[in-house]
Amino acid sequence: MKIAMTVNGKSVSRDVPDNTLLVEYIRDHLRLTGTHVGCDTSQCGACVVHVDGRAMKSCTMLAASASGAQVTTVEGLATSKDELHPMQVAFKENHGLQCGFCTPGMIMTATDMVARYQGQGKELTEEAIRHELEGNICRCTGYHNIVKSIVDGASKMTTA
Amino acid sequence: MSEGIGARVLRKEDKRFITGKGRYTDDIIEANQAYAAFVRSPHAHARIVSVDASAALAMEGVETVLMGPELVADGIGNIICGWGVTSKDGSPMNMGAWSALATEKVRYVGDAVAIVVADSKALAKSAAEAVVVEYEELPVVVGSVEALAEGAPQLHENAPGNLIFDWEIGDLAPTDAALASAAHVTEMDITNNRLAPNPMEPRSAIATFNEAEDHYTLYTTSQNPHVARLVLSAFYNVAPEHKLRVIAPDVGGGFGSKIYIYPEEIACLWAAMKCGRSVKWTSDRTEAFLTDAHGRDHVSTAKIGFDKDGKIVGLKVNTKANLGAYMSLFSSAVPTYLYATLLSGQYDIANIYCDVQAVYTNTVPVDAYRGAGRPEACYLIERLMETAAREMGVDPAALRAKNFVKSFPHQTPVIMAYDSGDFDANLKQAQEAADVAGFAARKAEAASRGKLRGLGYSNYIEACGIAPSAAVGSLGAGVGLWESAEVRVNPVGTIEILTGSHSHGQGHETTFAQIVAERFDLPTENIQIVHGDTDKVQFGMGTYGSRSGAVGMSAIVKAMDKVEAKVKKIAAHVLEAGEDDIVIEGGAVKVAGTDKQMLWHEVGLAAYTAHNIPEGMEPGLKESAFYDPTNFTFPAGCYICEVEVDPETGVTEVVQFVASDDFGTIINPMIVEGQVHGGIAQGIGQAMLENVVYDEMGQQLSASYMDYTMPRADDLPNYSVHHASTVCPGNPLGMKGCGEAGAIGSPPAVINAITDAIGNNNLAMPATPAAVWAALQDVQSKIAAE
Ligand code: FES
Ligand code: FES
Repeated sequence: MKIAMTVNGKSVSRDVPDNTLLVEYIRDHLRLTGTHVGCDTSQCGACVVHVDGRAMKSCTMLAASASGAQVTTVEGLATSKDELHPMQVAFKENHGLQCGFCTPGMIMTATDMVARYQGQGKELTEEAIRHELEGNICRCTGYHNIVKSIVDGASKMTTA
Repeated sequence: MSEGIGARVLRKEDKRFITGKGRYTDDIIEANQAYAAFVRSPHAHARIVSVDASAALAMEGVETVLMGPELVADGIGNIICGWGVTSKDGSPMNMGAWSALATEKVRYVGDAVAIVVADSKALAKSAAEAVVVEYEELPVVVGSVEALAEGAPQLHENAPGNLIFDWEIGDLAPTDAALASAAHVTEMDITNNRLAPNPMEPRSAIATFNEAEDHYTLYTTSQNPHVARLVLSAFYNVAPEHKLRVIAPDVGGGFGSKIYIYPEEIACLWAAMKCGRSVKWTSDRTEAFLTDAHGRDHVSTAKIGFDKDGKIVGLKVNTKANLGAYMSLFSSAVPTYLYATLLSGQYDIANIYCDVQAVYTNTVPVDAYRGAGRPEACYLIERLMETAAREMGVDPAALRAKNFVKSFPHQTPVIMAYDSGDFDANLKQAQEAADVAGFAARKAEAASRGKLRGLGYSNYIEACGIAPSAAVGSLGAGVGLWESAEVRVNPVGTIEILTGSHSHGQGHETTFAQIVAERFDLPTENIQIVHGDTDKVQFGMGTYGSRSGAVGMSAIVKAMDKVEAKVKKIAAHVLEAGEDDIVIEGGAVKVAGTDKQMLWHEVGLAAYTAHNIPEGMEPGLKESAFYDPTNFTFPAGCYICEVEVDPETGVTEVVQFVASDDFGTIINPMIVEGQVHGGIAQGIGQAMLENVVYDEMGQQLSASYMDYTMPRADDLPNYSVHHASTVCPGNPLGMKGCGEAGAIGSPPAVINAITDAIGNNNLAMPATPAAVWAALQDVQSKIAAE
């Protein structure tokens, strides 16, 4: 079946089997390989993208249900080639990544989290960040520097 | 120099990862690639009666289904363990045959029976399901103690009683005598739980055979691509080394599990040749639980004896090591030379004896996982020390300090010769950072809230920088454990470092550049690190055992020595000065005390134009080196964990975790701290959350993230990480290694803290709320009975 959506600001359309997952559509058909697959039980968050502005696990969603949606992947987060998103900068500056495999999902979850809290005028404490990271697993960093990155990224996003 | 040794340089590799431009194996697509799926045994132990692939082969888009007998007939060799261990009685270890695809028997759930190649991933998977295998089920054994028992099911014909080896180290009679004369003996049964390594990137391979060139290319998730090529060529006869290129591109974590050469890579290479298409396989998470080598799984009994002054007089240990259904690449070394050689801990112990029985069971093969043997040793000795202190009614820190090794070098009775350290300094630094003095008040405050607060120590030592080749050779290793490097100064003065180490999260592209920046006083942006490709890098033993700093960087230093010598010769010649007067600084090569100089890139250019270099000198500016270490290195430290237990539920929170490490010279503190954080998280995971569980039929009950508890952000605290270092005398940079310390040092600190809180020394890992609660009930029923 033909599935069309907007990915990172570009209209795309691909003929794919009905049961294609959104993550397969993104990785295998659009060849955007920044979105990763780390599990088969919807637990790890390596596959998180934004669908119509909300963080979603793209391994848990059919491409068909994102038909017509606005999808942002980690590749589409920076506003230009030279200008990284403040959350990306924060991850680098706070050593929030090691092997980098969980990182795209972490960053997509983090930007969503910050936007939600800031939108609701709620304070994003370290405790809240740890709680919000429930669905994202990192095996390398022990989370210490990821939490630090998100705190820093949140303040960078406010001032940006 | 702001980017040199000791600077917190931000990572050069980060940009591609934070923008989604990393290139992992599964991201790679070869023209006309096909996809592989494996038919795996659903039984832990069974005879294969028949395999019928006709339905699978009839599906449109299925390329082929290949099986074990054909693989063997094609001359593909068995998977081997590369480290020979000799039993007490002098006999060699009993290694059972492991074919990449099973031939007659399957020995664990997940054992591969056939490879199915098809046009798409989904099709390969459904075709694999359509392959009908008839099995005759056999009795199953999953635990090492049970496997050694009389009448246990037998896995391999040439390993009677499932015994792989019965090995010993140290002297039995003097140890028994010392324990018999001891004023106090502490005795414990200690289990080190089985873990699944779980790098977030699942294993993956894509194999291509070029028929015209008779040449293979394999992209794979490897920590050591050259070792993979060597083993695939020399032992598995897949292709000769010069006809096989192995590339390990970006790799998403390894923790040991990506050292080994697994059946899947062998089968993909072979299948690519058989069907003339590139063959790609990517593990899913369930497959990872079922096939990635597990870690730990020791069952031990231990006795430690003290004289009346609290000095240790002897230590005696028996360990049963479960190696799973087959011997993985380094499996034999883990519970022997990487384990029992560290049983002396940080202590001066005159008499140590340990014997180890390695055992086959119907479980996933067990091999090195972050720490590999050293966490097992550390856990054992540090639980003994803490428990002994409690039994004797003395301060656990004071008991340790009294027994510390204080002068170096120190020869232990179990092979290792510690070269440096200051254990008192680490203890003191950790105690101050943890405010141990204020613990009693914190405990009282917690009690007022109905919580039990406990504090536990772990004073770990480990051996890294593996390893002196001749030494490990004499202990049975089938390979040398040196490292190689090449330093290429280009005609424009930029530098490429080709290294045999492999980075899969460790940040080599940054730290390796820093040591070059320091030496030649250049910005790191002019330095590129090349690794992970057997066609580019001359050779390498790869990254594991915290060896990339102490061994890998030492090879770079050795190559830089040669480059520096040549640079100085060229500059002395051009500037008409003595070589000894030449200095390299500020991007230039100068005659000291004069204004005569060549810019760095001018020296590069001079070397390559070769118009004016010393007579007889070869043109070019590129040097290589192989570095073979002279000793192990000995990172050590003190970890203090503080926990709060809710006695109503057993729920335990780590409220403080302090680390004081001695890693020798530190190149980039930011990266080193990150390594410690990650290691501690895995150690807390082992102590409180993670556990591979089998039922008696050999089914893995914990084979998904729904059932295997990975540490998540809200399970863990922030860590307070400190350094009190002594320089390692054994290598040019004075480095000891930092990759595994966190995972080695933390489990006993956590369990010692929880047992302190609940007043019961008898608590096994993982200390889940249910386990902690049950241990608390034990204490209460004892009190009630008294
Ligand atoms: S891949 Fe989507 S949650 Fe793991
Ligand atoms: S950085 Fe490796 S899994 Fe998070």
